[in-house]
Amino acid sequence: MSVKADPNWEPKILAFCCNWCTYTGADLAGLNRMKYPANVRVVRLPCSSRVNPQFILRAFQKGCDGVMVCGCHPGDCHYATGNYFTRRRFMLMKRLLEYNGIDPQRFQARWISGSEAAKFRDTVTRVAGEIKALGPNTRFQEKWYEEGGEAQ
Amino acid sequence: MSRIGVVVCHCGTNIAGVVDVERVAAEAAKLPNVVFAVTNKYTCSEPGQATMKAAIEEHQLDRLVICSCSPRMHEATFRRMLKDTRINPYMLEIANLREQCAWVHTDKEKATEKAIDLMRMAVAKVEQNKPLFTSTIPIHKKCLIIGGGIAGIQAALDVADAGYQVTIVEREPSIGGHMVMLDKTFPTLDCSACISTPKMVDVGQHPNITLMTSSEVVNVGGYVGSFEVTIKQKARYVDHTKCTGCGLCETKCPTKVPSEFNQGYNKRTAIYKPFAQAVPAKPVIDPDSCKMLKEGKCGVCAKVCPLGCIDFKDTAKEYTETYGAIIVATGYDLIPWQDLYGEYGGGRYADVITGLQFERLVNASGPTEGHILRPSDGTEPKDVVIIKCVGSRDPHKGKSYCSRACCMYSAKHAHQILEKLPGANVYIFYMDVRTPGKGYEEFYDRTRADGAVYIRGRVSKIYKENGKLVCKGEDTLLGKPVSVQADMVVLATAMVPAVGVEKLTTMLGIATDPDKWVQEAHPKLRPVETQTGGIFLAGTCQGPKDIPDTVAQASAAAVKVCGLFSKDEMETSPMISGVDQQKCCGCGFCVNCCPYKAISLVEIDAREGARRVKKTVASVNSGLCQGCGCCTAACRTGAIDLSGYTNAQILKEVDALCL
Ligand SMILES: Cc1cc2nc3c(=O)[nH]c(=O)nc-3n(C[C@H](O)[C@H](O)[C@H](O)COP(=O)(O)OP(=O)(O)OC[C@H]3O[C@@H](n4cnc5c(N)ncnc54)[C@H](O)[C@@H]3O)c2cc1C
Ligand code: SF4
Ligand code: SF4
Ligand code: SF4
Repeated sequence: MSVKADPNWEPKILAFCCNWCTYTGADLAGLNRMKYPANVRVVRLPCSSRVNPQFILRAFQKGCDGVMVCGCHPGDCHYATGNYFTRRRFMLMKRLLEYNGIDPQRFQARWISGSEAAKFRDTVTRVAGEIKALGPNTRFQEKWYEEGGEAQ
Repeated sequence: MSRIGVVVCHCGTNIAGVVDVERVAAEAAKLPNVVFAVTNKYTCSEPGQATMKAAIEEHQLDRLVICSCSPRMHEATFRRMLKDTRINPYMLEIANLREQCAWVHTDKEKATEKAIDLMRMAVAKVEQNKPLFTSTIPIHKKCLIIGGGIAGIQAALDVADAGYQVTIVEREPSIGGHMVMLDKTFPTLDCSACISTPKMVDVGQHPNITLMTSSEVVNVGGYVGSFEVTIKQKARYVDHTKCTGCGLCETKCPTKVPSEFNQGYNKRTAIYKPFAQAVPAKPVIDPDSCKMLKEGKCGVCAKVCPLGCIDFKDTAKEYTETYGAIIVATGYDLIPWQDLYGEYGGGRYADVITGLQFERLVNASGPTEGHILRPSDGTEPKDVVIIKCVGSRDPHKGKSYCSRACCMYSAKHAHQILEKLPGANVYIFYMDVRTPGKGYEEFYDRTRADGAVYIRGRVSKIYKENGKLVCKGEDTLLGKPVSVQADMVVLATAMVPAVGVEKLTTMLGIATDPDKWVQEAHPKLRPVETQTGGIFLAGTCQGPKDIPDTVAQASAAAVKVCGLFSKDEMETSPMISGVDQQKCCGCGFCVNCCPYKAISLVEIDAREGARRVKKTVASVNSGLCQGCGCCTAACRTGAIDLSGYTNAQILKEVDALCL
């Protein structure tokens, strides 16, 4: 299947979620039977500070159209100060991606607590909509080049 | 070659109603190394687990993927199930097809596609899993309590009564803290010393309690179960093993200095007990005032002491011990108001005093034997002004928080003045009256009925005029300026953390809030724990509170310690970080970001070709690491990795999504 011309194209979005806040919030959205688009796949991690910038590059490389990093609100980190590192690292990361021509909307860091099921639903819905509007990501993507796409 | 089993759970219709579970299982069967893939109606049920166990044997599986509800629900269940199979409990991954798929999507096709992705990601990850083994750390059943106020005393008695060894470290020559300085306690007005000194005596005599007064903690290492703590005991110049506490030396010592316990309102000797009921009931010599120690002449105490306990050559001693748990109970001090409130005289007026000074003036064993007399001239005051929230709820000059006990003790002071000085007038300037506690509002009502006049507003200035202290302020209810001529002013000053607490919290590696109160692990659900395993807190070191709350918290902390001590060893999670010393370049980036100070740089012997060299590498303390993984993202060489969530595992998961 070509990534270039698929009429039923749906974005694939990867969300790195910390176990204590956002993953719990996402579970709560399920318990409350909230509905949101099926584009997001969650990778469960102990803390948002576990996310190595390399994982994000790899996701884009392998064909993800958007990546999210989600964790506890600053100050509420299960590991006290972990997400302060997340915040600083990904402020830098966002600028690096932008510099390389990746639309900043494709990479979003969000703080969602274990009780904020509705925020999880709304965030995922909004991000999925935004990325759908942007169309498939081709930057960094191995498949695009393999299929003879022009470097943009 | 790994042999992976995949079980896709229907969860009744919870999952199967939306996700085509058969298709997920069929897709799983196509994946390399998946040698077994089925669906199951209820995987977590007894029969469900039995089927899985049988399949593990039959197909010689070495790892397992369960596509079911959230791992937060049943990861522990399934790990337990694997305990008595050929599969290591950590060779398991769970794909969340219920909470994060079937329950949140309605489009069956899309939900099934997502479910297949989630299953694939789990299979890709599990291929990278390695068996992990929980290790155990021994628990030294000995508890260290830092601070011997009522919090430390209560916690010590509770832990010691449960049969465990306790050491209390108190920096003053006696335990007791602030509570023994108080006269009566609200709302019941029972005599503070009468209810606290018996507890102090119990501490002193308890076979399980070691008391280390005039002592401070100077170094802390290790982790929960075995903290290595060094305690420094100052020179006391009196051999407490021989001293009987007869007190002869105190009666003969010629040097007199202001008594700290009595807030400077009378004198003590250079060899002294801080107060009569001190525990231990044995004196120490204050080297800052002793003539013999300062000038080399005197030595009267040594001559009169019948047991020869005095030793002017005594030096500080250090003791190192292993403790399984630590309770921080360092309490509070009062804000140095003199530096902040120049408009109240900044300490120039002898008759503008603090609530704690008032406690000593009204106390029967205090400097005035309980007569309320003005410090300036020893006369009885007629008009007394009490000002609340001095330094509290005043972010510009003091602290923004409420000190919680002052509304009540101010009502107590008003009551005591009106009772002891018939005909006296008491005016209380307040911002709000806060009485949340059993019997507290009733006590406040009674004080007003006694005749205390409450004026809503802050006092903006105190000055002297015709021998009176004029308190000028505004009655904000009437919207009018007021001015009260007082003979004495009592300030309800803010509680602040005990002087020097930062040094201790840094040593212990525990967090404090912006006001330097010790931070609890969770404000609601873990109020007596700190972020660091094995370190607990009790009393006002955590924030201002009154005695009932302090004691409740102390007993709660004691229960936490007893819970920990009820086991001989503790299981630790194997999902922690580890360093590949070969790859590590010793940059130390990981050291700085670890929230638990679990990483240190160590020097090792390494090989460089045929040469033996010294090399600096990071090393993770497995007792301290909590497995957040923050360090792993900081490492440029990929030397430090988190078991259970390794770089390889996560990258495979990412790759699998986009196959
Ligand atoms: C004027 C006034 C009146 C009050 N009246 C009442 C009342 O009527 N009823 C009531 O319920 N509450 C009252 N309170 C509140 C009460 O004093 C406290 O709730 C209680 O004393 C707190 O006990 P604690 O053990 O937490 O702290 P503290 O009594 O402060 O004890 C802490 C101890 O730790 C020691 N310490 C500190 N740092 C170190 C260190 N680094 N190493 C070793 N030791 C250390 C200190 O020397 C001290 O002995 C009043 C408070 C004030 C100011
Ligand atoms: S030497 Fe003198 S001043 Fe010092 S403690 Fe003894 S009696 Fe007091
Ligand atoms: S995983 Fe977290 S707690 Fe463990 S060493 Fe790394 S940063 Fe410290
Ligand atoms: S960040 Fe990596 S290379 Fe640097 S000290 Fe830590 S483990 Fe070693």
